[in-house]
Amino acid sequence: MTVSLVLVVVMAVLIACGVYLLLERSLTRIVLGFLLIGNGVNLLILIMGGRSGFAPIFDESIDPSDYNDPLPQALILTAIVITFAVSAFLLALIYRSWRLANADDVSDDPDDVALRKGGLAMPVEEGGSSDGDTDFPAEVTR
Amino acid sequence: MMATLVPLVVLVPLLSAALTLVLGRRARPQRIVSVLALVAVLAISVALLIGVDSDGAVVVEAGGWAAPFGIVLVVDRLSALMLVVSSLVLLAVLIFSVGQGLADGDDETPVSIYHPTYLILTTGVMVAFIAGDLFNLYVGFEILLVSSYVLITLGGTASRVRAGVTYIIVSLLSSILFLAAIGMVYGALGTVNLAQVAERVQDLPLDVQILLHVMLLVAFGIKAAVFPLSFWLPDSYPSAPAPVTAVFAGLLTKIGVYAIIRVETVIFPSPELNPALMVLALLTMVVGALGAVAQADIKRILSFTLVSHIGYMILGVALGTVAGTAAAIYYIVHHIVVQTTLFLTAGLVEREAGSTSITRVGGLLASAPLVAGLFFIPALSLGGIPPFSGFIGKLALFQATAERGDALGYTLIAGGALVSLLTLYALVRVWNLAFWRPLSDVEGDETRLLRTVEEAPNSTSTLSGTRSTPRLMTLSTAGMVAVGLALTVFAGPIFGLAARAAENLDGSTAYIELVFPGSIDQPALGVGEDVP
Repeated sequence: MTVSLVLVVVMAVLIACGVYLLLERSLTRIVLGFLLIGNGVNLLILIMGGRSGFAPIFDESIDPSDYNDPLPQALILTAIVITFAVSAFLLALIYRSWRLANADDVSDDPDDVALRKGGLAMPVEEGGSSDGDTDFPAEVTR
Repeated sequence: MMATLVPLVVLVPLLSAALTLVLGRRARPQRIVSVLALVAVLAISVALLIGVDSDGAVVVEAGGWAAPFGIVLVVDRLSALMLVVSSLVLLAVLIFSVGQGLADGDDETPVSIYHPTYLILTTGVMVAFIAGDLFNLYVGFEILLVSSYVLITLGGTASRVRAGVTYIIVSLLSSILFLAAIGMVYGALGTVNLAQVAERVQDLPLDVQILLHVMLLVAFGIKAAVFPLSFWLPDSYPSAPAPVTAVFAGLLTKIGVYAIIRVETVIFPSPELNPALMVLALLTMVVGALGAVAQADIKRILSFTLVSHIGYMILGVALGTVAGTAAAIYYIVHHIVVQTTLFLTAGLVEREAGSTSITRVGGLLASAPLVAGLFFIPALSLGGIPPFSGFIGKLALFQATAERGDALGYTLIAGGALVSLLTLYALVRVWNLAFWRPLSDVEGDETRLLRTVEEAPNSTSTLSGTRSTPRLMTLSTAGMVAVGLALTVFAGPIFGLAARAAENLDGSTAYIELVFPGSIDQPALGVGEDVP
């Protein structure tokens, strides 16, 4: 299988940068990382389609092995649509998170923090929720 | 006849989702449409199961394109069984949430997206179960994941957004890994059709095989919450609304397990990674059970027991024998039903007592004896007490493991038995504190209430906790308990079905024969062929 070295290098750089950004705590950077990795993986699928060739529109004068492989491109199109929808949702979620907490961070789970500090403690919920959630402050049992 | 039914399990919920979206704020027609749609899906699934069990699997070539070129939909016994169980659970949870919605009087709320999203989730689940190629499986996963993102952050409160962020980022990562794995499979084999992948994968060098195998297992392992990829689950599930948590806990992780079964039986039936999977199964069981013991909230305890019981299913798959796969399939059916029931009961407890923390709830046996009974039966079943279905599933798993007859097998049996006791301990603790303990023994009730009022004078959620439980919620939970009991009473026929489903999955030849009847050598995808 012959592949373009440039494409492989670009894919590697995209995925490496994406992974680095995903490890950040800021939600905006995580979204950017997700977009970079998503595009890197799309490039990976494109590379897996093999060398470039003619558009796969039937023409008797063209040898069948000179056509490009259309299937990976169909897969990439689907993946792009899905990535688009998910990133729109993520942006809305980040905006909501920023409106609620004025923070662009992945916060720790309050129950985990309570557990780490010892004992069977209940966390203090941030913000009142309307459906009878756990809202009592920490209380050690037994 | 059977072939026309297969696409309907996807089309009916998808079109109904569109219809409920059009109906918008008119709550009553919306509810009627979605309940009717799920009843129809259940009926179609049952018809498919009966047909497939007697006449053999159905393969549908979507759009009439022949197998390796077009998309195939495959319903074998495993798929049909999963379709029936999942549509049953989806229907019960929908009725539960309709009951909850009716009682809360939220006819006028702007959240009219619940029903459409729920139906699209159903669509995704169905697509994943009938998918005959890897990319279609990916699309099914994405449909159900995107709707699950919406459901887990429903209402957009601070705690749900926080929990949703963890869940969404982890799910996105697993989707990307899955997509990369599909790209690599295509690069190595020139196809994404499951049967054709299974046929060609044996010719690959062993190292490439293991690379692809591990990629797929990691992607599905995150979705199935296999240790050490399970950390996200107990953080994100408990904060969602009760019915949403119930359906997530019951179904979504099991779809990951289903995909792992397909990978292990159809694509890579060879046993190289089986010992590693067995060790992971043991760790999943033990870590999950220890987590459950340490928690103080019913929903979190149940989330950790969910993780630990994924370990049992992975154990059955990892054995790589027909008996192991059969036991895993029965265990999946049992666990979907019982875990959903327990989360629904947690929803009832939340409504009766205003909280799901066992440090604060007490005396429920006296004040709500029906809820206590509805909790007690599935709890015993999950803990593996005879004669309930959990005991039957575990017994079958241990028998299949004992057939190995080596040290690893016996370690796993010992670990499984220990974890079953730990699960029982965690659930009995819930029973003792939340149900059996008199309400007067709940310590410092008044002071805590007073302090809360002092600290958060504007909080509306502290005192409005207890509400009367609508009959529809209790009824659907009772229905699920009855289904769980039916799994015990009819364990023989159901286990027989699971065993027949497992026989179809013994090696990849049966699956390849199904999609490409008669000929093992197939015309290949023109250009993809020059790939090594």
